[in-house]
Amino acid sequence: MKDHAQLSDTFNADEARVNWHDETLWFVRAKRDKAAHGLPEWELLRSTASQIKDNVLSNLHDYLIEFESNAQKNGIEVHWAADAKAHNAIVAGILKAEGIDQIVKSKSMLTEECHLNEHLQHSGIEVIDTDLGERIVQLAKEPPSHIVLPCIHKKKEEIGELFHEHLGTPEGMADPVFLTAAAREHLREKFITRKAAITGVNFAVAETGEFVVCTNEGNADMGAHLADVHIACMGIEKLVPLREHLSVFLRLLARSATGQPITTYSSHFKKPRPGQKMHIVLVDNGRSTQLGREDFRNSLKCIRCGACMNTCPVYRRSGGHSYHTAIAGPIGSILAPNLDMKEYADLPFASTLCGSCTNVCPVKINIHEQLYKWRQVIVKEGYADTKKAIAMKAMEFTLSKPALYRTAGKTGRWVLKYIPFAVNNKMNLWYNQREMPLSPKQSFGEWYKENVKND
Amino acid sequence: MTVGLFIPCYIDQFYPNAAIATLNLLSKLGITVKYPVNQTCCGQPMANSGFEHLTKGCNELFVDNFAEFDYIVSPSGSCVLHIKDHLHSEGHEGKAKSIRKKIYELTEFLTDIVKVEKLEARFPHKVGVHQSCHGQRGLMMSQMTELVAPFYSKPLQLLNMVQDLELINLNRPDECCGFGGTFCVAEEAVSAKMGKDRVADHLNNGAEYITAADMSCLMHMEGILRRQESGVKVIHIAEILNSEG
Repeated sequence: MKDHAQLSDTFNADEARVNWHDETLWFVRAKRDKAAHGLPEWELLRSTASQIKDNVLSNLHDYLIEFESNAQKNGIEVHWAADAKAHNAIVAGILKAEGIDQIVKSKSMLTEECHLNEHLQHSGIEVIDTDLGERIVQLAKEPPSHIVLPCIHKKKEEIGELFHEHLGTPEGMADPVFLTAAAREHLREKFITRKAAITGVNFAVAETGEFVVCTNEGNADMGAHLADVHIACMGIEKLVPLREHLSVFLRLLARSATGQPITTYSSHFKKPRPGQKMHIVLVDNGRSTQLGREDFRNSLKCIRCGACMNTCPVYRRSGGHSYHTAIAGPIGSILAPNLDMKEYADLPFASTLCGSCTNVCPVKINIHEQLYKWRQVIVKEGYADTKKAIAMKAMEFTLSKPALYRTAGKTGRWVLKYIPFAVNNKMNLWYNQREMPLSPKQSFGEWYKENVKND
Repeated sequence: MTVGLFIPCYIDQFYPNAAIATLNLLSKLGITVKYPVNQTCCGQPMANSGFEHLTKGCNELFVDNFAEFDYIVSPSGSCVLHIKDHLHSEGHEGKAKSIRKKIYELTEFLTDIVKVEKLEARFPHKVGVHQSCHGQRGLMMSQMTELVAPFYSKPLQLLNMVQDLELINLNRPDECCGFGGTFCVAEEAVSAKMGKDRVADHLNNGAEYITAADMSCLMHMEGILRRQESGVKVIHIAEILNSEG
């Protein structure tokens, strides 16, 4: 299993492509800045959203019960899933009971996290992703590389090739308008013929039992309105207490995600149409464990806007797949270790701790501070590289002894061996693309001793 | 007022001129500066790698060396931020707490405590300013492009007092250079790419010098500039502020 550094190394083999990826996402960050700067009350919105989510996390139990009860009153069937396995079994169970073996699904990062598609396919149920970006990665047999822009790693020419192979568009055709029209036609047939639709949930309102799904393509609506069975899957942290709280979150979400004032569709689902069945699956899958980790609980405030990915200088230059988890980037790097500390031990280290993620976060998650804290936890739990641990101990030994530090410095600039080359003592990783610092004749300490009289 | 001069290990070993300029600049402003000779390192390289539990020795040493001063000043935002956020002492927590409050990065010390209004400095060159992340987003030495808030910049406030210095504009004024401590080798590909991109922004906008309040970022960018055999140089902000041109 390759780690983030190895996968990034592969991604960086094609520098022109890295430049393109970086600039494409930076463009989205710039659009976000423009939208945010258009609202003088932006920082107030962020702190309000953060406080609403603090309240939700502190009273999650009560809000969940309130939501369940109101949703049931509205005629929605509510299911509880402790983990991914239970979630997948519930969804498959509903579909089997209805005798449905072909479904459409709009974008839901939760179902990606639970690997629902694979599970349903193994159970003989065909899933068509209807978000255009997700359909593209599905045809390419790849996971999404970004939570809002699932195929941002693909160039239009590559999408043209995929569509030529799967949808019969002309060879070499890469015009986005043409390709989108072809996808629309292809998906229209699926919407009309599929009897069940799965959607995600952006916000669930405890006081009303309704939920809101935000899309730009209207694909969640097309799916849900045409299907006899609508299954909405949501993480238990997606709640807001009151309907009026949506006025804060809907203003933040799209501006943070893409720089739009609001998503094209912000659809409220409250009760099934006559004759329709509506289900909600409430999924824990590690969230209550994270809620119990004091240093990491407020990662559950995340509204999945992707702003931290777009701004992250590492994400832009390593690509979403280098994070080898459903949710990439800075937020993914603080969520994933909660699910599997060993498998995702590399992710909190895939950052320079520059802090830009924390600044763009619309719900003010202290992402870079949590990355630092996860590093401490991962090392303490014994998931650090042994060579690194030995180097760190050697470094500590010298640095805590001034006399030894000075002698070591004199006998060949001790720092050359350890800072910042502490990881494996080989200097070549720095030297690959960078010259070593020049060694001056004297250290500052030596100069000071010669030139300044200290009383 | 007596200031304890904290010179981080890699500046001591590789960039003595930045340290000398810091000392001379403070002295020129009439401040009594002392350099405790037994200092080594703030412990950040270990802590940022997940080994904060190994920094106790460094912490105790830091407290021993610096507790007595009115202020502690250092030409490195990153190391200062580490001390502010993470310095603790088992035996002397009171002293550690006081150090956390009285340690300053050089430029913020000059603008906020000394309240410098003019400098006798001249530097007739085109200069690009690199905003080091820990100084900017951690110590809040300047406003950040992500936030909707009024502009300010402590380093620029000082650079604007330097005669004949021409500041250049960057396309991305506050993107990370990719150094990141052990990140620079643990994530070599991304780190070097970030460094190359940051340097390119300065080169494309006509910089003759790249300056910063943090030498570690400059060390990273210098490594890239020298590999590219570029004539552009890095220079610590203290050297510019102390320069007589």
